[in-house]
Amino acid sequence: MSEIKKIKNLKDFSTSADRFEGANVLCPGCAHSIIVREILNATNDDLVLSASTGCLEVCTAVYPYTSWDASWIHIGFENCSTSIAGAESMYNALKTKGRLKQPDRNPKFIAFGGDGASYDIGLQWISGCMERNHNMMYVVLDNEVYANTGGQRSSSTPLGGSNTTTPAGTISYGEKQNKKDLMGIMAAHNIPYAAQVSPNKWKDLVKKVQKGFATEGAVFINAVSACTTEWKFEPKDTMLLSDLSTDSLVFPLYEVIDGRELNITYRPKNVVPVEEYLAAQGRFKHLFRDEYKHLIKEWQTRVDENWDYLNRREAARV
Amino acid sequence: MAFDKMELRDIEVWDGNHAAAQALRQCQVDVICAYPITPSTPIVEGYAQFKADNYIEGEYVLVESEHAAMSGCIGASAAGGRVATATSSQGLALMVETLYQAAGMRLPIILNIVNRALAAPLNVNGDHSDMYLCRDSGWIQFDAFSPQEAYDLNMIAFRVSEDHDVRIPSIINQDGFLTSHTAQGVHTITDDVVYNFVGTFKPMNDMLDFEHPVTHGVQTEEDWHFEHKARQHNDMMTVVPDKIENAFSDFEKLTGRKYNKVECYDMDGADIAIVCMGTSVETVREVVSEMRKDGLKVGVVGLRVVRPFPFAEIGDTLKDIKAVAALDRSAPGGAAGMLFNEISGSLFNTDSKMLLSGFIYGLGGRDLTKANIRDLYKELQANVDAGKVLTKQQQFIGVRGPKLAYL
Repeated sequence: MSEIKKIKNLKDFSTSADRFEGANVLCPGCAHSIIVREILNATNDDLVLSASTGCLEVCTAVYPYTSWDASWIHIGFENCSTSIAGAESMYNALKTKGRLKQPDRNPKFIAFGGDGASYDIGLQWISGCMERNHNMMYVVLDNEVYANTGGQRSSSTPLGGSNTTTPAGTISYGEKQNKKDLMGIMAAHNIPYAAQVSPNKWKDLVKKVQKGFATEGAVFINAVSACTTEWKFEPKDTMLLSDLSTDSLVFPLYEVIDGRELNITYRPKNVVPVEEYLAAQGRFKHLFRDEYKHLIKEWQTRVDENWDYLNRREAARV
Repeated sequence: MAFDKMELRDIEVWDGNHAAAQALRQCQVDVICAYPITPSTPIVEGYAQFKADNYIEGEYVLVESEHAAMSGCIGASAAGGRVATATSSQGLALMVETLYQAAGMRLPIILNIVNRALAAPLNVNGDHSDMYLCRDSGWIQFDAFSPQEAYDLNMIAFRVSEDHDVRIPSIINQDGFLTSHTAQGVHTITDDVVYNFVGTFKPMNDMLDFEHPVTHGVQTEEDWHFEHKARQHNDMMTVVPDKIENAFSDFEKLTGRKYNKVECYDMDGADIAIVCMGTSVETVREVVSEMRKDGLKVGVVGLRVVRPFPFAEIGDTLKDIKAVAALDRSAPGGAAGMLFNEISGSLFNTDSKMLLSGFIYGLGGRDLTKANIRDLYKELQANVDAGKVLTKQQQFIGVRGPKLAYL
């Protein structure tokens, strides 16, 4: 069993065990790189990483360059979960057979997929990995849109967002469906640990990721990743948007242990109205037209109901 | 817990599926990710029983689809160890995306394909549609005509694919049901001798070497993609053929069983010949033996290595043959059959005066009868006598209704 890394302060944390290089071509202000660095820096152990096709992949491994100072694999859009499960299986096989080159290490196996790769096309593969309980961590970089290909809707795209395949128009307010509850689906696999995180609450994130690393078995992490390009806000405001997403409770931070025990890990002192979260993003601009204002009310009701549900789940201890 | 070795009789009665499962056990594969599908399911089940009975030390991952099976195999192989799986038909079709990725990433995975038709209409029986579906995927492809060959070719495939000069995955094809479910006598090799032949896996660019991190599966656009593909094709054309030859030769030294990229039967002094694959080769051999007794100069060529296609060997074998029938067991979808095309390519622009005709047969497991084959040879002889192909170049045989002929 490896030791849990001690994190003293943000400055120390942000520069330690730096295995994801700043030399990448992600958009300025992209939250992906912040989340990935926070997760990787949460441990000093060796890493075996995978990524699905998407922003993170195309921006960090363009031949002959790589941004990864740790073993990394990409196969396709839907299967970063299974590729890392395969690598983890090989680790177990070589351990049994006594053929590991460095048998004294405690590698962590982490897969990164966007919401398109996770909520949509790769759902079956992730489900298989969670069901088989591989000793791995699956991380969704959830920016609620197919950002890499120019902003098409996914099943993570929330109600009323204007996207290239569900654009707002003269007779449409954009996306008609509510966001899929992937946390609920993954927790229903009764995996040892599932958690929702956000890069602005980095201490909460590190605590959860370290808990995940210390867990034997499958871990699912859903990370909100504010997308400057598709959510349409200034690159300098990534952390502001992250704050709005957690403090409006649009993106509540909680964990589910063994599929049952739910703990809310962050309770904002001052809850921000959902309207403020929506108003900060170009993708929801049209909702402020008179004919669509009822949707803002609907948003607030849904967020309140979800928060209420999480609180009841937490209180019930089931 | 140490795993057990298995005592085998010199000759066991095995079907092709069991022979393949035994070969995978004996090669001590490190990781198998698998998903069952008819008619390859008994490979997956047989291996599971070996695992349950402590004959397997490696990991056996039962995934939720064939796409996941190959995805897991790719991750495992990139991590650095021996990897294999098995599938058929629709499963292979689902897997195709990852077949190209495995080949492009130069990962030496071994895939047993128990050949079966592709829907629609749904059909579980043997034809070569699945083999043809992945023929341009960049994998080395072997074809077994019998359970014995399915057993032997697995070992040979590991030797070829895992060679550091090759690092290209291999497929071993066998006919659904006709090979996979038909028990025959199989000459076995002991566990230790098999493992010694394939050797312990030697990793290269392995993700589990933490002192040397490696990036697998990068992006290349118009600046480098072509060079990667061209270099891989170059290795297929120039490196792999000799490696296969060497593996065949070493295997012969070990067992006395001689394999060739092109398997000739009664081709010495033959005037007319059939070229085919799978169990049909054995059926045609029987007919050839009977016809030879009647003094007819007939022969048969079985294609052992489908990719890289043995152009030189086929050209050499057929250059003096007067008439040849290419038998393709896959719906051609608006073109000539693969064998017809490749044989043409082997002899075009040469001095050969061979009269080539193509036949589509046996789709969805339809029998190829000895009577069909005799008729076919008669037709070839008629072409020789006339000095030209008297029929259209592409015909369907064994199908109901009026005779179908094209080209």
